[in-house]
Amino acid sequence: MSTPSAASHTGSYLSDPRVRFIEWLPWVLAIACYFAAPTYLPLGSYILIMILFALSLDLILGYAGIITLGHAAYFGFGAYVAAILAVRGTADPLIGIVVAGAAAGLLGWLTGLVILRTRGLTLLMLTLAITSICYEIANKAGTWTGGADGLGGFAMKPILGLFKFDLFGKTGYLYCLVFLFLGWWLVRRMIYSPFGASLTGMRDNVLRMHAVGSPVYQRLVVVYSISAALAGIAGALLVHTTEFVGLKVLSFDLSGELLVMLILGGVGRIYGAFVGPLVYLIAQDSLAKQFPEYWYFGIGLMLVLVVMFARGGILGLLDKLLSRMRRGKP
Amino acid sequence: MEGFVSSLVSVAFHGIAYGMILYVISVGLSITMGLMGFVNLAHGVFAMAGGYIMLSAMNSYDVPFPLAISLAFVAVAVASVVLERLLYARLYSAGDLEQVLLTIGLMFMAVAVARLAYGTLQQPVNLPTYLKGQFALFDRDFPTYRVFLIAFSSLLVAALWFGVERTRWGAKVRAAVDNRAMAQAVGINTSLLFTVTFALGSGLAALGGALGADIIAIQPIYPFENLINFLIVVAVGGMGSLRGPFAAALLIGISDTACKYWLPQFGAFFIYAATIGILLWRPAGLFGKAAP
Repeated sequence: MSTPSAASHTGSYLSDPRVRFIEWLPWVLAIACYFAAPTYLPLGSYILIMILFALSLDLILGYAGIITLGHAAYFGFGAYVAAILAVRGTADPLIGIVVAGAAAGLLGWLTGLVILRTRGLTLLMLTLAITSICYEIANKAGTWTGGADGLGGFAMKPILGLFKFDLFGKTGYLYCLVFLFLGWWLVRRMIYSPFGASLTGMRDNVLRMHAVGSPVYQRLVVVYSISAALAGIAGALLVHTTEFVGLKVLSFDLSGELLVMLILGGVGRIYGAFVGPLVYLIAQDSLAKQFPEYWYFGIGLMLVLVVMFARGGILGLLDKLLSRMRRGKP
Repeated sequence: MEGFVSSLVSVAFHGIAYGMILYVISVGLSITMGLMGFVNLAHGVFAMAGGYIMLSAMNSYDVPFPLAISLAFVAVAVASVVLERLLYARLYSAGDLEQVLLTIGLMFMAVAVARLAYGTLQQPVNLPTYLKGQFALFDRDFPTYRVFLIAFSSLLVAALWFGVERTRWGAKVRAAVDNRAMAQAVGINTSLLFTVTFALGSGLAALGGALGADIIAIQPIYPFENLINFLIVVAVGGMGSLRGPFAAALLIGISDTACKYWLPQFGAFFIYAATIGILLWRPAGLFGKAAP
């Protein structure tokens, strides 16, 4: 194996697709946290959900190169579908996940068909407009969505009729972990497939992909729909573990925050989506409540610094460090 | 019938005032995006800064209104040159994502600074007495300040169009928007041109933010809250053009006011739907040229 280190996964078709030893580390850590930090499990579930959400964004932004400021639309849509289903239909969580994922995927497909014909500023603008429309609908259709008060007051049934959601979030944590694992598996398979290679091709040089006869538009729509479905599942997980949904899941703030997390971890690499939310949310949990102003200033400064000096985020820095150390040793 | 006509006139009047402000704020964004293809999401920061500068000058130091808005224009224009040279200029050749991230970062910082300095509350606007009250026109009363806004913005727009269409600087800008490499090849210093244009655009945004403080509330989340409107103006109008954003700004100003007046239960739904429709019909905007 040549240059790419264990942590990179920047989507090179030539690299070895087998799961490396170090890739089990996140899962071992996640299970260790379950036993070591039982009081932090609600935060842990939220981190796992955001990792899945970030993974879905990474798929379209990092690999396919679709710049979006409105990925919260699909997360929020999935969340609202799951909540409305729990209130008016069935409160079975697995059915909720499937329905929410399918609904968000469908929305992603429909909107993707429309917006992926455009590029650049227009595309950016359209993603923003779609999120804003969803927000307006959720805000105004109060009889279904609860409007600004949000929708709550439902209780989820046990998973498979066996595992009840408990007060301490133990079941919820494992529930999120299982779906994150499935999402990771899917995304990882896709990235190492020829399909994944064509995505990075479109990101790096879309004209050449057209020239070699790749069906660019169709592939973008497909990956956009898959990403939307994953985001919808993440949204449904949030609703199932917290048994509440509010307008925040559709806000521009959430899209922005998610983007910050992914950039912090490292865009265009699977584990960037793992590291970013973890670092960001833990830092937020300990700092943001005491110093909200400085927190936002810090986020802004961090973004500027990352763009100026460390385009690969935390993992990019780590990669550089590792390769420098390797070069140091003859 | 009489009631309907008067509400129609009132909606059109307030819509035009709002649209004018939107145009004054966004026109700089259109030009800079057309010139350098730079996705500057932080444009609203300049407008907010203009608003804060004017309001603190007037409220805390008793600076007269005309001086306060000039101060806002000059201060923000100068500050934007520093920003442009220090940060933006390094990313002209970078991808859209980097530009988006940098400018979102700037927005976060600006919001935090505004919140630290002024708190989260909306700033009160104390207009000078000669701009308060009503102004009678065709047997109807109009708020004097809005009349002033429309008149002043029209003068600004006329001056700007004259500058771009009839002066040497304007010719250079148009040449650089059409084909930057070619403009550079015939000896136009596009980098200097861009710095000057950027400063002017930011200054205009500050002016718009200051003048419109009465319409678009000056508060720390200003850049985020109004981002979508500024972007709609530029995207729907077509970046790089002067006329397109003008039409788009008036369209948005009037339809937003109309929706708020007659269909408040739908919020801004129709504006976004219309934006999507227009952009699908003409991806480069109403007056924009199709991307090469």
